[in-house]
Amino acid sequence: MTTVTVTPAAEAAPGSLGRLRQTLADTLVLARRSLVRTLSEPESLIDVTLTPVVFTLLFAYVVGGAISLPDGVSYHDYLVPGMFAMTMASASTGTATAVNNDMAGGIIDRFRSLPMSRAGVLAGQSLADLLATVIAVLVLAGTGLAIGWRIHTDAAHAAEGFLLILLFAYALNWGMSCLGMVFRSAEGVQQFGVLMMLGLTFVSSAFVPTGGMPGWLREVANWNPLSALAAAIRNLFGNPNPAGSVHAWPLQHPELATTLYSLGLIALFAPLAVRLYRTRTSK
Amino acid sequence: MSVSNGGGSAVSVRGLKKRFGDFEALKGVEFDVPAGTVVGVLGPNGAGKTTTVRVLATLLEPDGGEAVVGGHDVRKDPAAVRRAIGLTGQYAALDEFQSGRDNLVMIGRLSGLGRRAARERSEELLEGFDLAEAAGRPVKGYSGGMRRRLDLAASLVARPRVLFLDEPTTGLDPRSRNVMWDVIRDLVADGTTLLLTTQYLEEADQLADQIVVIDRGVVIAKGTPRELKSVLSGAQLEVAVSAGDDLATAALVLGDFATGPATIDSETRHVRVPVTTRSRLATEVVGALTAAGIDLDDCSIRRPSLDDVFLALTGHTTPQGADPADEADGVPAPVG
Repeated sequence: MTTVTVTPAAEAAPGSLGRLRQTLADTLVLARRSLVRTLSEPESLIDVTLTPVVFTLLFAYVVGGAISLPDGVSYHDYLVPGMFAMTMASASTGTATAVNNDMAGGIIDRFRSLPMSRAGVLAGQSLADLLATVIAVLVLAGTGLAIGWRIHTDAAHAAEGFLLILLFAYALNWGMSCLGMVFRSAEGVQQFGVLMMLGLTFVSSAFVPTGGMPGWLREVANWNPLSALAAAIRNLFGNPNPAGSVHAWPLQHPELATTLYSLGLIALFAPLAVRLYRTRTSK
Repeated sequence: MSVSNGGGSAVSVRGLKKRFGDFEALKGVEFDVPAGTVVGVLGPNGAGKTTTVRVLATLLEPDGGEAVVGGHDVRKDPAAVRRAIGLTGQYAALDEFQSGRDNLVMIGRLSGLGRRAARERSEELLEGFDLAEAAGRPVKGYSGGMRRRLDLAASLVARPRVLFLDEPTTGLDPRSRNVMWDVIRDLVADGTTLLLTTQYLEEADQLADQIVVIDRGVVIAKGTPRELKSVLSGAQLEVAVSAGDDLATAALVLGDFATGPATIDSETRHVRVPVTTRSRLATEVVGALTAAGIDLDDCSIRRPSLDDVFLALTGHTTPQGADPADEADGVPAPVG
């Protein structure tokens, strides 16, 4: 048995700069923890590896034949940006599941009894999931290139497109953290997550122009953040963007709209998530 | 900023109240833990032990009353309380996928230790808790006893002044329990203030300087294990005579020492009488019986066990072998 000396720990509260440093340090430590978990369960990466490939191939070779686009528009060029949008939505459900698992285990009590940042657990999870998103983007870009999708703009626009994808994914992760804490069971989280993902993806211009939808649904789809994201990616990659002619503000200014949507989601859900984290775990 | 009040109390609890919906988990709990001592909070499932610990560790906000830990009020300055305490809950609060070492380093980093200090402290604890060999393996492969030890180590990484252990041995096999007891005794020898909850009377008896008995949200008794046992100051004196013919004579002789009527079991040739314990009692009893020409097979004076005490205090027996999960998720089951 080791000697456990009893020295009064430094119990003075750190200043605000100290707190910020602590939050960053805690976030990195906990992001590492989430990554270790992901790597020890590689099947949890199916969401961001196999799924995008399968869906892309399904849409490209099965569904795509039945979708009519204006002459001269390559369906594959049109499809892949939509796949990016869809994959961001589906990959984010992993955050909800991970947060839900954490809340069910005893480890959250330990974290809450430590003098650590209250936002650390959630910020760490979002950061780790952002790295999973990077994997998804790379897999998807590879699959796209293989089936003939191309970026027709310069490197700066392409980079902006990818950054926008990641920003949106990060914002969505905070929303999913809230979802993970609101639900009691992991099954509930998964089922609701899938429904939400389907709704977000298909009531949008990710795969089909919104013109064919009934009036009210068309409005919902036009203002769906995922429509803005898909339109922004299409613009920035120089892929066909039929939504460009739709007279809805987010589709007229998709890059700005996506940025605002993302910042809005973070501003709304990050504080809410931290709040839920406090109350949920303190029962 | 940390001036402990109440004359060296590491933990001071006054009129603590907490309710969950209709269920009053704590109805005004009061006790102190003097610095450097071990207090055992003893009670059955649903008594309010876990709720008390969760309030003291800032995991739950109390509805009423006051709790001061390490000189800091849990409501007014929970952050300072967290810097003073270590907590080990009922279920191993560990990351299953990381190694034992990485778990400890992570806790150290989250407690504000630098990378190097966290690493050194972890090695020290792994060595001390006999986990050095398994340190590099993921925790999901650990046995129950190893998890408990790692969990305890995790609560010590930041060298807390006050340590809370919530049912540290529930669910462990007897061997692992003994190992845990040794570990806890060593800790205490080093001067850590410890508050532990348990539903095992023997555990409180073994480890605690002071016992607080809690039932249905109120403290029903407190004192040293010895004091609590003397609540039933009476002991039982029992002799086994060699010859069955001597039973009646023996009962007559024992009558001089007894505080109540004798019970005779002729089948096992035992005579039992209630007595008040005092020095030289056994010597005098054996002397008197020998003088009366009675040969003895056995003579014993049995002090009441804490089980007897608990029964006397609460009017119900302790739920040995009851499912500890009743109180596991922080919402104690109502006591039936």
